[in-house]
Amino acid sequence: MGIIKAAQLVHEYIRKDDEGQVEEVKRAVDGVDLDVRKGEFIAILGHNGSGKSTLAKHINAILTPTSGTMWVGGRDTGKEEEVWNIRQTAGMVFQNPDNQIIGSVVEEDVGFGPENLGVPSLEIWDRVQESLQAVGMLEYRHHSPNKLSGGQKQRVAIAGVVAMHPECIVLDEPTAMLDPNGRREVIRTVRALNQVEEVTVILITHYMEEVVYADKVIVMDDGKIVMQGTPREIFSRVDELKSYCLDVPQVTLLAHELKCRGVELSDGILTIDELVNELCR
Amino acid sequence: MIRDITLGQYYPADSVLHKLDPRTKLIGTVAFIVSLFLFKNWPGYAAATAFLAAVIVLSRVPFRYMIKGLKAIIILLLITVIFNMFIVPGEVLWDFGLVKVTREGLSQAGFMAVRLIYLIIGSSIMTLTTTPNDLTDGLERVLGPLKLLRVPVHEIAMMMSIALRFIPILLEETDKIMKAQMARGADFENGNLIQRARNMVPLLVPLFISAFRRASDLAMAMEARCYRGGEGRTKMKPLLYEKRDYLAYALLIGYLVLVWLIARHF
Repeated sequence: MGIIKAAQLVHEYIRKDDEGQVEEVKRAVDGVDLDVRKGEFIAILGHNGSGKSTLAKHINAILTPTSGTMWVGGRDTGKEEEVWNIRQTAGMVFQNPDNQIIGSVVEEDVGFGPENLGVPSLEIWDRVQESLQAVGMLEYRHHSPNKLSGGQKQRVAIAGVVAMHPECIVLDEPTAMLDPNGRREVIRTVRALNQVEEVTVILITHYMEEVVYADKVIVMDDGKIVMQGTPREIFSRVDELKSYCLDVPQVTLLAHELKCRGVELSDGILTIDELVNELCR
Repeated sequence: MIRDITLGQYYPADSVLHKLDPRTKLIGTVAFIVSLFLFKNWPGYAAATAFLAAVIVLSRVPFRYMIKGLKAIIILLLITVIFNMFIVPGEVLWDFGLVKVTREGLSQAGFMAVRLIYLIIGSSIMTLTTTPNDLTDGLERVLGPLKLLRVPVHEIAMMMSIALRFIPILLEETDKIMKAQMARGADFENGNLIQRARNMVPLLVPLFISAFRRASDLAMAMEARCYRGGEGRTKMKPLLYEKRDYLAYALLIGYLVLVWLIARHF
């Protein structure tokens, strides 16, 4: 069994009116099976309301399944006594960088997680140093988070999770509120964590360019997993992706269009270099 | 314009007072304020003045920063002085018919004014030399014993530090919403007081909604990082007393004994 495993996971949002009568039941996650191995880089794609954020919140035990089971590091997220262990195993980074930074100095914010875990003071300092180094923010350790750019804030948030020494990091649209530069910074940091520190990464996004480096891409629509495979496999199915309201990266789209017009190219071209090589052949 | 407001009036400098443990400063300030009300004579004031002057010099904060705090209480100060001047009975100096100014009243008014001014300067020295974060940490520890009375000390301190962190963010947001509403024709500057207050509604409603949304996001982020209250929590920067803190306490006790002796014997 992998580090994260879901079996027939279902989550329903229940809206009640003033008298406590059930007004509406919305099934956000509908029978999802998932198995993530340690050290993998998984990207989850889907347009708004496809259930990808809801699925992510299950990994951190912020939400618990309506039915079905989710195991994180072999622990059942439905069991209340396991919640804190699960949250330590799987850290979570959210969309809005401002709303997840607690400290008023960068290093104090990174120390917040370890403080909660009851780590001794001296070790907290080591962990803060390490994790700020890992995200390349060490020189900003004494700064106020309010003065940082969006990308830098998000890297501080990632460092805050890394300092808790998780085995897995879930990033819930970490780049949605950032400019292109900030997006690149964050994605580079996440890749480095995955490759150097061998942290399992689950990246939720709707930017196609970000999933190119993933080991596996999962496409969700209407609470279900509709496509699964390597980025190359996924992006070779341009028309199918479009039916789920998703755009493929520009290069891939260009290659696809060229192929439709009769240029001989292989399927699922992901980078500009690849396309150049294919065309010059 | 709204960004110019600075809250928490910390003045960064490298002085002994800045380095003192926030607990020492908190307790010291409270002790100083209490001491001001122990005596009613000139030698007492001389001692307090000397102590305050020494602290001001040690703090290396420009004196005008301490005076700033006085502006806020100028009306209170005037009322106190005027009431004391006219109400205290005693030897009449001037008689204006309805009201009389007495010698005792005059000296009482003077004493009260000095007391209030010292009180404000004393507490502004504390806030000027302590970062808001240190101050909340210090408060959490000093008020620690209240936990036995079920006062949620840790939670209060956490709320204070989160509030401090979000003040600049909310100010920026207010500025943004204000500009957005002004672009759509809202008027925040003209009209009488009631009209202006009414014009604030389109500013406050979105601000509150966004603040609640932020609060809910932040609570989720804190829980995701294993926050579960003060129990079992360690501190990255635990407060530790050093030599200079013990020295400061010794000086403080010396001052208090002196004031007590003066109050008893003069």
